[in-house]
Amino acid sequence: MTVLAVVEHDRGTMTSASLGVLTAARNLAKQMNTKFEALTIGANADRLSETVANFGATTVHQAHNAMLTDFGPEAWGESIAQVVRKISPSVVIGTGTERGHEIIAQAAARLDLPAAMNCSEFDKDFNGTQPLKVVRTRWGGSLLEEAQVDAPIKLVTLANHVVEPQEELASSPATISTVDVQLDESVAQSFVQDRVERVAGVTLATSPVVVSGGRGVGSAEAFAPLEELASLLNGVVGCSRAVTNNGWRNHTDQVGQTGTRIAPDIYIACGISGAIQHWVGAMASKNILAINTDAQANIVTKAGYAVIGDLHKVVPAISAEIRRRQNK
Amino acid sequence: MNILVCVKRVPAPGARINITSDGQQVDTAFLGFTVSPHEECAVEQAVQLIEKHGGDVTVLTLGPAEAEEQLRTAVSVGATKAILVPIDTADWDPQKTAQAIAKVIADLEAANGKYDLVLFGNESADSCGYQVGVRAALKLARPIVNGAKGLEIDNGVAVIRRESDAGVEIYKLKMPACVGIKEGINLPRYPTMKGRLASKKVAVDRSEATGETGGLKLITLRRPPERASNTVILGNGPEAAPAVVDLLEELGVFK
Repeated sequence: MTVLAVVEHDRGTMTSASLGVLTAARNLAKQMNTKFEALTIGANADRLSETVANFGATTVHQAHNAMLTDFGPEAWGESIAQVVRKISPSVVIGTGTERGHEIIAQAAARLDLPAAMNCSEFDKDFNGTQPLKVVRTRWGGSLLEEAQVDAPIKLVTLANHVVEPQEELASSPATISTVDVQLDESVAQSFVQDRVERVAGVTLATSPVVVSGGRGVGSAEAFAPLEELASLLNGVVGCSRAVTNNGWRNHTDQVGQTGTRIAPDIYIACGISGAIQHWVGAMASKNILAINTDAQANIVTKAGYAVIGDLHKVVPAISAEIRRRQNK
Repeated sequence: MNILVCVKRVPAPGARINITSDGQQVDTAFLGFTVSPHEECAVEQAVQLIEKHGGDVTVLTLGPAEAEEQLRTAVSVGATKAILVPIDTADWDPQKTAQAIAKVIADLEAANGKYDLVLFGNESADSCGYQVGVRAALKLARPIVNGAKGLEIDNGVAVIRRESDAGVEIYKLKMPACVGIKEGINLPRYPTMKGRLASKKVAVDRSEATGETGGLKLITLRRPPERASNTVILGNGPEAAPAVVDLLEELGVFK
């Protein structure tokens, strides 16, 4: 009876979502009075064992196979399935990210087990012998579902940003266990074949400042003042679904349930009403400033700060004020 | 080429979502319905592919009888055939859904030959399970890649583009294959008058749904706690600019 954390990494670099998973897995194992173990996939992730051990794992399983040099959803899912068959954990926790959901779904399908994605809470009384009660997010976070995972091995992913990573060393050094997984073309065909690296710089997902526009902006051209403000603050421009549906901006700029989930230091929402599907993409922001003509708009009532007024006048005035202070 | 697109009927996004008093489902009394956004894009992508390469787009849904409306919507924007797999509830659990869909697809293929592509949405907008497509693909013994933001056909190979934090990844799958489509891959078109007429005329075939209940069981739905709203109003109109810049300085985003 163990709790197994599946480490997500990209060519040997651990993703931040994995740190939350390691923390959650350790906490759950403690509660169950059982062992916390972790799985890294591919030899290029062996070096992550040290980080994993810093989070208190007693054993790190290192899945090896020549087909695991880069990400492949089927190869990774099959690797998880083989390790799960070998060690029969009570609970398997993956990351609540695109890759995390995909590989846990792959593993669940191969093991014919249920899977609960985007869990934000686990039953505080769970001891490993009963079905696992979880709270998971639906509608991208606008509804919560209390559900039960009823299976001998419970596969879940942890909703991103809900568990603060916390290191905690185990009492003894982690045991390393190498697992040579069996893979061939019959079980895994999809692999990254080629990759165009992102140009270094801030992205919507990582920028500390996001200046975002909604339907109220009115046209593609009217985003120019938002671009200017974003550039003065070394930030990026985002938008709502109404904007991409109107073809004013590319979908890569969309914040929301079906776009990007962001957590900047400040989110400046201009002419955005704040429909729930937009809000769930922005709600992790540390501060939100809404600029809107409607004082009753959803986004205004939920934001920490608001300016009531026409964004076409307010946004240029903010840029002008920044320039004035810069020139002082 | 023959493409099958699996879609789900969901309440239209954008509305406040209420829950029935027993906590078992979304209260749909005052909601409109739509095709789940990722799947709406999957239909558009399939239609674009047959416009280029020729062939048929069949749209399939497992859902209540009312989901026929979403199938007809898909036909109005270019799908050519429609199949309803009727059930008594809004949806089934992911394992049961995948089993039922895979069985219907396998039966159709035994009669008519294989679909070159079976498309799914990356996840449904309402239940957000992230797994039906993967499970169905495995049952059909076909490869699948999720999160597709690009899908082209090159000599019998499906070339899939997907975005990650590190960059843009390319996957290549020999067809027949399955793909999980993400919103943003295209901008779905509006129906034409001709499309609307076709959608009224199309015969919606029905297939029986069979599947065993899986291990993920809904206990209850609830709304997340509302954040206390203590919005600080910094001012009205352009005169608020100095207060805004003071705030930006205070937060350390502008020095």
